[in-house]
Amino acid sequence: MIPDSCYQIVTTQEENIWQLLEEVCDPEIPVLSILDLGVLRQVQVREDGQVQVTITPTYSGCPAMNTISADIKLKLLAEGYPKVQVDLQLSPAWTTDWLTEEGKQKLEAYGIAPPVEPNGDIHALFGRDTTVRCPLCQSENTRLVSQFSSTACKAMYQCQECLEPFDYFKCLK
Amino acid sequence: MELAHTTNTAAQNYSPELRELLFQYTLQLADTSLILGHRLSEWCGHGPILEQDLAMANISLDLLGETRSLYQYAAELEGQGRTEDDLAYLREAVEYRNPLLVEQPNGDFADTILRQFLFDGFHYLLLKKLQNCSDQRLAAIATKSFKEASYHLKWSSEWVIRLGDGTEESKRRIEKALDRLWRYSGELFQMTPVEQELHKAGFLPDYAQLKQQWDEHVAKVFAEATLEVPQNVFMQLGGKTGMHTEHLGYLLAELQYLQRAYPGLEW
Repeated sequence: MIPDSCYQIVTTQEENIWQLLEEVCDPEIPVLSILDLGVLRQVQVREDGQVQVTITPTYSGCPAMNTISADIKLKLLAEGYPKVQVDLQLSPAWTTDWLTEEGKQKLEAYGIAPPVEPNGDIHALFGRDTTVRCPLCQSENTRLVSQFSSTACKAMYQCQECLEPFDYFKCLK
Repeated sequence: MELAHTTNTAAQNYSPELRELLFQYTLQLADTSLILGHRLSEWCGHGPILEQDLAMANISLDLLGETRSLYQYAAELEGQGRTEDDLAYLREAVEYRNPLLVEQPNGDFADTILRQFLFDGFHYLLLKKLQNCSDQRLAAIATKSFKEASYHLKWSSEWVIRLGDGTEESKRRIEKALDRLWRYSGELFQMTPVEQELHKAGFLPDYAQLKQQWDEHVAKVFAEATLEVPQNVFMQLGGKTGMHTEHLGYLLAELQYLQRAYPGLEW
């Protein structure tokens, strides 16, 4: 339930909130919840009943953060938590390691290739590109079209077998 | 709407002098990514091909994300009630602290690529160091942006090679860009009094070291691109201390138009 990367001691009430927030989705990849993405970092209920939710952006310019914050507040309001504060945490910085296994499967089923471990050092320039599997026909005969695509977190690939262009969720470490 | 940051720094314990220095420096970093981010956004819908149009818009977005984190922090350091929007939209050209390079007009695609390449190398190396900055907030912002900057540098380096070692025409264009823009590269590494003070206080790395690594990267990429590294070029300075080229005023006229015409307007 609560990802290992944000392991913490939680009360029953907090665990209940984690469960509720499983229904809050990334507005740009609606098949992923903010839990799947690893964007939700912490939930704390204070003594006065105020709920403090901490989220982290995938990329610094991610325009979805405000929407996600508003969605969290609306969701919790509807479930009987009127006092909610959402904080933004930059450090530790988000990494694709926080994407859950379930999240990766949902991505692929949605037509977006999930991040794969890079061969060698990603900071090395001109390194070999990673082998990315086509989410539509599963072929590994694909090519990188551009490191940048429809959103900051994705790269653009094309499958050489079925010829479909597709998004690849970039590995960010 | 603004999200509150969780990283509370030791900023409260800073002396007023140190606080002012960090405010000035954070502002300089913010101005730099804002102006370059804005320049790149001017390409949106005009890129030579769709993929590169998207690439420039994406890099612009990364830079603007970094900009917001920096302006928010600068506003907190200043503590005078100004917001990130006030800092971005309600200052005059002479108050901007970005280096001259990033305000240079887009020109053709080769000009934009070369400007980006010269900047990305610096940005990448600086952020790499700032990740360990003793100011926690700057370190957190740098850690976030460093991951993104490595993609930017890869992109611009590949394009310099493609244009330099490409066709006769692409080579002519990138050489022309080099002739036009190289003179602005030195300012990136020229420390201002603010930067020198912060270096002495242990907040900033030695820029001479960054310059050495930058030179090595440029030499490597230029060798592959069959371009020559210009020698003995007079370097233009001034942007980081508020003396800008005429281009910045026009850029700000567009960037700040809405807030100037309709003060306080919100989305």
